[in-house]
Amino acid sequence: MSAFAYHFGFEFKTGLRNPNLLLLNYLFPFGFYVAMGAVMTQINPGFTDVMVPALAVFAILASTILGLPSPLVEDREAGVYRSFKINGVPALSILIVPALTTIFHALIAATLIAVTAPLLFGGRAPDNWPALFGVLVVTAFACGGIGALFGVISANSRATVLWSQLVFLPSMLIGGLMIPLSMLPPGVQPLSALLPSTQAMQAIQGLAYGQETLIPPLAALAALAGGALFSFGLATYLFNWDTRNASRRGHPAMALLAWIPYALTMLAM
Amino acid sequence: MIEPAVMVRGFRKRYGNLVAVDGISFEANPGEVFGLLGPNGAGKTTTLECLEGIRFPDAGSLRVMGIDPTRDGRRLRDALGVQLQASGLPGDMLVEEAMRFFCAYHRTEPRPDLIERLGLGEKKRTAFRKLSTGQQRRLALALAVAHKPKVVILDEPTAGLDVATRAELHTLVAELRQQGTTILLATHDMAEAEKLADRVAILLRGVIVALGTPRELTAAGAGLTKISIHTEAEPDLTALPLPEVAQAAQVDGYTVYFSRSPGETVVALLHEVERRGDKLIDLRVERPSLEERFLQLTSQGPALSEAEGEAA
Repeated sequence: MSAFAYHFGFEFKTGLRNPNLLLLNYLFPFGFYVAMGAVMTQINPGFTDVMVPALAVFAILASTILGLPSPLVEDREAGVYRSFKINGVPALSILIVPALTTIFHALIAATLIAVTAPLLFGGRAPDNWPALFGVLVVTAFACGGIGALFGVISANSRATVLWSQLVFLPSMLIGGLMIPLSMLPPGVQPLSALLPSTQAMQAIQGLAYGQETLIPPLAALAALAGGALFSFGLATYLFNWDTRNASRRGHPAMALLAWIPYALTMLAM
Repeated sequence: MIEPAVMVRGFRKRYGNLVAVDGISFEANPGEVFGLLGPNGAGKTTTLECLEGIRFPDAGSLRVMGIDPTRDGRRLRDALGVQLQASGLPGDMLVEEAMRFFCAYHRTEPRPDLIERLGLGEKKRTAFRKLSTGQQRRLALALAVAHKPKVVILDEPTAGLDVATRAELHTLVAELRQQGTTILLATHDMAEAEKLADRVAILLRGVIVALGTPRELTAAGAGLTKISIHTEAEPDLTALPLPEVAQAAQVDGYTVYFSRSPGETVVALLHEVERRGDKLIDLRVERPSLEERFLQLTSQGPALSEAEGEAA
């Protein structure tokens, strides 16, 4: 078995073994899904129209934005990267393998939610399933890139929580998951466009459900793909083997460049 | 001429205004155990980290098996095995997984025999975070040598180890040396350095203040021999007029002399004890240990240092 395959297998198992990661990869998304499916559909029957994409995107956000950065920071603080480096583990593998396995877990959870929501809670199934899964894959990479970027730029675990919540909480409030973008106040809509969840919901609604969207769905999809490329590229560039290195490549504020593709969609609104 | 396994020439490293290492040079030959000794902050770990390719030197050149650590990290990984002072592995990684994981990256077969040998056989299905400190260090050692590197760096290898494991590690180091492996050993344990190292360098505030075999270093002081005596009647014999004594002191019930000519001093001392009608309980004649020499050099052993100063 190649080193990369063994590394991937180990990180994938870690996503199930580690109680914190298990919680964020599966227990939290599934718990929220069941709660929303059981309660929200009773309170607001219209929720069934968006529950499949909203809860699938929520699962992706939980794994990638909340789950991915902390282990990256903790491992760096514990000197794991130093051990890896002296044993020939490439920097790219240290960053990319946990991101890929997290994306894999996120897509498993998102797929289970998407497939079961119509059966269990009457959620509206998409007209175009492949389009739904295609957008979810791109969304997972976009969010995985942001998670990796947060893991790289955070000085410590506390900072990681702050950065993660700066994306996760707005995503819940104005990210198109609970309230459609079109229903948000006009002044808030451009801010909402900066969130991957908004772009994901717009792309899914346009491409998988054939609905009218405020952001052209292909532009939203392109923003997600561009965001994934920018964030993974920046994470690789800003990666630091250990916190004791006095000099580091680039400034953490460079992470903001990852939002350029999302900001560009404002022009298309 | 034999190519040195490790070569350090004019190596300097600064952290801001702090000069961590100031132009040191040394070589370690194939099959040699080379000890790097020094107090905390002397520059040992900085030197090792630059050899490991974790940090970059500001000046000078470093080579490990002819490989420049700053330029050819990939070849360096195969030639070098490292047991870091503070090594971390993912907390959820099992012992046997760690062995397979690192051997996969080194493109070699896993070495379960090393796991057994270092007393981790029963822990091979245990996660790294559940191992004791000593067990974690043993695992780090097993991983450092599993791919049979030509050079092994051991940074405080026996810290936190029990006596039996320490002895096993010493045996392992001796075997590696017999197989031609060069070992760079950074340690605070002077007895360990004296026992294992062929040569040692003592680092102090970023410079090498002594370099040689342990015997050469201990002899390089003022050549004083330590004579300790304990008698039944007289606890303090420091005032005795003995020949060739540079200094005498009372230490833990013993009278300790530092002598330039131990034979003359001992004969005179025994004669004096007999003349006084006293009874000898214990008499020890020791050459200064590496630890005493180290303490002298690092200005932490004023008694010996002063005695040698007077003798000089």
